[in-house]
Amino acid sequence: MREAAVPVNSQTPLRKKAAGLIYKRIRKNWDLYLLALPVLVYFAIFEFYPMYGVQIAFKDFLATKGITGSPWVGLKHFERFFDSYYFWRLIRNTLGIGLYELLVSFPVPIFLALMINEVRNGFFKRFAQTVTYAPHFLSTVVLVGMLFLFLHPQNGVVNHMIEALGFQPISFMTEPGWFKTLFVLSGTWQHMGWSSIIYLAALAGVDPSLHEAARIDGASQLQRIRHINLPSIAPTIVILLILNVGRILSVGFEKVFLMQNPLNMSASDVIATHVYRTGITGAEYSYSASVGLFNSVITFVLLVVVNYIARKVNETSLW
Amino acid sequence: MIKQSTGDRFLQAVIYVLLSLILIIVLYPLLFVLSASVSNPEALLRGEVWLLPNGFTLDGYVKVFQDKSILNGFKNTILYTVVGTAVNLVLSIMIAYPLSRRDFYGRNVISALLVFTMFFSGGMIPMYLLMKDLHLLNSMWAMILPGAVSVWNVVIIRTFFQTSIPNEIQEAASIDGCSNLQTLVRIVLPLSAPIIAVMVLFYAVSHWNAFFNALIYLTDSSKYPLQIVLRKLLIQENMDELVSSIDEDKIKRMMQVEGLKYAVVVVANLPVLILYPMLQKYFVKGVMVGALKG
Repeated sequence: MREAAVPVNSQTPLRKKAAGLIYKRIRKNWDLYLLALPVLVYFAIFEFYPMYGVQIAFKDFLATKGITGSPWVGLKHFERFFDSYYFWRLIRNTLGIGLYELLVSFPVPIFLALMINEVRNGFFKRFAQTVTYAPHFLSTVVLVGMLFLFLHPQNGVVNHMIEALGFQPISFMTEPGWFKTLFVLSGTWQHMGWSSIIYLAALAGVDPSLHEAARIDGASQLQRIRHINLPSIAPTIVILLILNVGRILSVGFEKVFLMQNPLNMSASDVIATHVYRTGITGAEYSYSASVGLFNSVITFVLLVVVNYIARKVNETSLW
Repeated sequence: MIKQSTGDRFLQAVIYVLLSLILIIVLYPLLFVLSASVSNPEALLRGEVWLLPNGFTLDGYVKVFQDKSILNGFKNTILYTVVGTAVNLVLSIMIAYPLSRRDFYGRNVISALLVFTMFFSGGMIPMYLLMKDLHLLNSMWAMILPGAVSVWNVVIIRTFFQTSIPNEIQEAASIDGCSNLQTLVRIVLPLSAPIIAVMVLFYAVSHWNAFFNALIYLTDSSKYPLQIVLRKLLIQENMDELVSSIDEDKIKRMMQVEGLKYAVVVVANLPVLILYPMLQKYFVKGVMVGALKG
């Protein structure tokens, strides 16, 4: 509104002209707007309206009064969450799984891609890719179902192997100490191939003349991987690292929920499952919405901060 | 060509050994499920199946196709997958095409708004309340509308439209009197078959495997998709058994369903597993187009 103070004469015609131009551009492509409109309405209802609805985190939600009509209560629900017995357990588990995943699931696809890229035999290369990509298409339910079948204390093949080697069977799925390891390793098993595609694509773009020159200069294969291939995929690694660090607190609900049982709760209860249990099952809408909002805000801030740091340090960023 | 040094040959050997190990680790569980599904259930429970089937029976598969809840789950999942994928595809193209056009005023603002939803959302509870207010709980639309447009896929389609379809063709069409919609339907879409195939695959697989929406929004068991039925069969029963004590009846029942469990894992993944090797190059292409932008 600062322009309003400026002498009107010189500004108005220009602005009118600009507004007219915009109007013209919109009118010329009116059918494009018509095409986009239903999708924009969809986003307004199914993405932005729930963001507006998140205000119930600061209210005592009453079904009869609706979202806007319910009384404001400030930070009551947040305080309850911070003071609750669950708070530190949830943070510890959520962060623990997130960090564990970052340490194991993140680097494995990079190594896999670097290795697959070095394979000269075309058939073996294609075979390795086809096989490692395949588990990505299993549903989470089936993956966890397979864990239960394989790790069953009496009937599972893994415990049959352990017994054949002369050890006592382990009840993996109910032992809190095993939860995070099982979660992360099964996730790595399922997605390492698929996640390596993006690195393989970057590696395919490496200029062969670089390798040629390095070879003539006497560089070994390992040196060429280290000094040519790795730097070439570094920007991709940074981008994915930003995304992964940003998501460290948003551990996927589905898989944790499916692997969870009363006996391993102390290690498997994360923020998302707590929201589900108190909100959907327990119908404490306002409290659970505040826990969910806490999680979303931290995740969002984390992403912005990591992105900022990456841009300063590496000049690579998401936006 | 310079001769390979000893070090290089050693590294090459290490890579082949490591990759072979990884392949075994990935393949073994998949092959085991296949073998277990046709093995004699008693041998399976005694731990006599390692890699190859022990005995041969298709009982498990027969039981799968006799189970009413599994069949009903299949029927529902097929319905949700077909309708859901169609809705996904139409909506994604409707927004991706305008965003791909340089003369679409406001595209930056709209893009930014869409991308924002990738990183921030209202969360589970406000979404649940919305679905409740719209009276969509326990309806097919609860499986289709939440997440009907994947912003990531819209970005992929938009990138394809921008990079793979020459602008000149579209301009020529417009000079010849095509409206924007006609250009989209007659010129752009016929040239976009590869990316449409990729999107159909991505969306269809995600519908086939969808579990979350059904868990939150559906309570009517006649509407359950396959994944919810699978969860009951593969996970919940197992859990009850692990958590509580075991009696004779349960062991008998376990015998009966053990073979079925492996068979149902195979059957549930069959459509995807059959399609996957044939369509692998399209899947990979989709990731690559996305990577271009990312």
